[in-house]
Amino acid sequence: MKAIYNNLLGGRQGVIGLALLAALIFLVLPMFLDIFRLNLVGKYLTYAFAAVSLVLIWGYGGILSLGQGVFFGLGGYCMAMFLKLEASSPENTAIQSTPGIPDFMDWNQLTQLPWFWEPFNSFPFTLFAILAVPGLLAYIIGVAMFKRRVGGVYFSIITQAIAAILTILIVGQQGLTGGINGITDLKTLHGWDIRTDSAKYLLYYINGGLLIGVILLSRFILSSKLGRLLLAMRDKEDRVRFSGYDVSNFKIFIFCVAAMISAMGGAMFTLQVGFMSPSFVGIVPSIEMVIFAAVGGRMSLIGAVYGALIVNYGKTYFSETFPELWLFLMGGLFIAVVMFFPNGLAGLYEKHGKRIMEKIKSLRRKPTPPAEKTLAAGNDTSAAAREAA
Amino acid sequence: MSSATDFTLAIEDLTVSFDGFKAVDSLNMYVDRNELRVVIGPNGAGKTTVLDLICGKTKATAGSIKFKNKELTELSEHQIVRAGVGRKFQTPSIYENLSVYENLEISYPAKRNVWGCLTFRRTAEIEARVREVAAEIFLGDLLSMEAGLLSHGQKQWLEIGMLLIQDPELLMLDEPVAGMSVKEREQTADLLNRISQGRSVIVIEHDMEFVKNIAHKVTVLHQGKILAEGSMDQVQNDERVIEVYLGH
Repeated sequence: MKAIYNNLLGGRQGVIGLALLAALIFLVLPMFLDIFRLNLVGKYLTYAFAAVSLVLIWGYGGILSLGQGVFFGLGGYCMAMFLKLEASSPENTAIQSTPGIPDFMDWNQLTQLPWFWEPFNSFPFTLFAILAVPGLLAYIIGVAMFKRRVGGVYFSIITQAIAAILTILIVGQQGLTGGINGITDLKTLHGWDIRTDSAKYLLYYINGGLLIGVILLSRFILSSKLGRLLLAMRDKEDRVRFSGYDVSNFKIFIFCVAAMISAMGGAMFTLQVGFMSPSFVGIVPSIEMVIFAAVGGRMSLIGAVYGALIVNYGKTYFSETFPELWLFLMGGLFIAVVMFFPNGLAGLYEKHGKRIMEKIKSLRRKPTPPAEKTLAAGNDTSAAAREAA
Repeated sequence: MSSATDFTLAIEDLTVSFDGFKAVDSLNMYVDRNELRVVIGPNGAGKTTVLDLICGKTKATAGSIKFKNKELTELSEHQIVRAGVGRKFQTPSIYENLSVYENLEISYPAKRNVWGCLTFRRTAEIEARVREVAAEIFLGDLLSMEAGLLSHGQKQWLEIGMLLIQDPELLMLDEPVAGMSVKEREQTADLLNRISQGRSVIVIEHDMEFVKNIAHKVTVLHQGKILAEGSMDQVQNDERVIEVYLGH
């Protein structure tokens, strides 16, 4: 029991952080937002999956992947293919020259369903593919790169190139993928209309539950010996190798896990937003995901969620008010984070928030002298910070 | 290929060339069981390169390295470590973000694959071993300290401890007393004499006082080749050694 408390939940600190986040997602936001805004928050929270995955691979693993959008997109496309097939029943598509295939295929003179679309008629297969397709791609990239000891900026550039390649591929193969418009007009899941308000509420809660689950899973990985090994590898890769570990296997593992987590976000994105397009796959969204993680704090799983929420809220607010300024603001924000608070919001909290909290506490508890309290708190922050993450 | 021998380590005709420059040139060297060998020589003699070749960090151009009659030149680094070869780097190479305890625990030779690391649990056996090694390297009271906060000498000891916990049959140390105070050097000499029981050790060192304290046999390298080999006295009185190295 105690091991679960410490490892999975991250001790007292971790439980409080997680409880606050859960309360915000499940109670506060649904209470104060109408369904349109709540659906937007749900969309932001799907990006939080990618941000959490970047904490694992970038924050702890020290591997900057500029291609998380690829995995997010693949997860999203897998889900979209299933929903599109359901929306393209022969009755719904009777006016097409070939009824029963997705509309964009008909527009592109396809007369039968391509072979790789066939399995997506099955929902269990789709759920499997949402994790397996991105996981397999990550495994192949991982083996090709890490076994050859490609790392650092070279790895980042290659992941970025893969993001560009996949976008071009999707856009170019319009008949097979829906092209630049993506896969649109998604309606039902097993006959359940996903466009209604009640469905949107339910999907929002499922999304929130999955996100909390992913954070718990990530905590489990990071609090195991593998988590410490990731930090060790980031610090002194050679030393780990000369302690008898095959470093590349650990990098491949964490890269695959990160890919699958991003893919879950992508699948939930498709369900909540109702379409998937190449604009969520390429270089720009991949870099935005890095910014979410950086703003939230790349060493903090919970911080990454707040980062995704805040940056996306800012993006929506500013792009509604000053659309042409938004990209500059985003760039400026990233530079500011890197220069002035490299550990993001979580780092700011560690530095100032805790001290303020302790002060408030010690004011309430009159008998204990406040100075002593803060000192004690200051001493164990570094160890606690790592545990709490 | 060379035949089977009784030596722990048998290096034969080992050559490595970097763009035509032979850093190690047809080197032959044999290390006995339970021997403590010191390798000395001027800068650029190829001392560190020899260690790099043995532990697989650098690939040999030609020749063979046999550890207990097992060819090492074809193995990757982690396989060489698992075969029983430990290596300490010149600058202390430890995990600064982890505690002393965690540094040693990660180096403990068990569950070194992905699944093993995910399901790893601290057992009483591992705990006891970590404490035993920590006491041996004079860090018994500092187990919970972040390794980055240790002094330079303590970091050197910690790295030696990280090798000890693997219980290697061949231990290679690259300048273990560099940057240490006189007292720390004495402690380290003691430590080396203690830990060399029951295993072979190769040490690279410049400090001749320290070398006298520990060496069974000394090998002098010069321009990738062996210039002299023998007891400390023999080597110190060798004219060629005095000319290229000791005389300066």
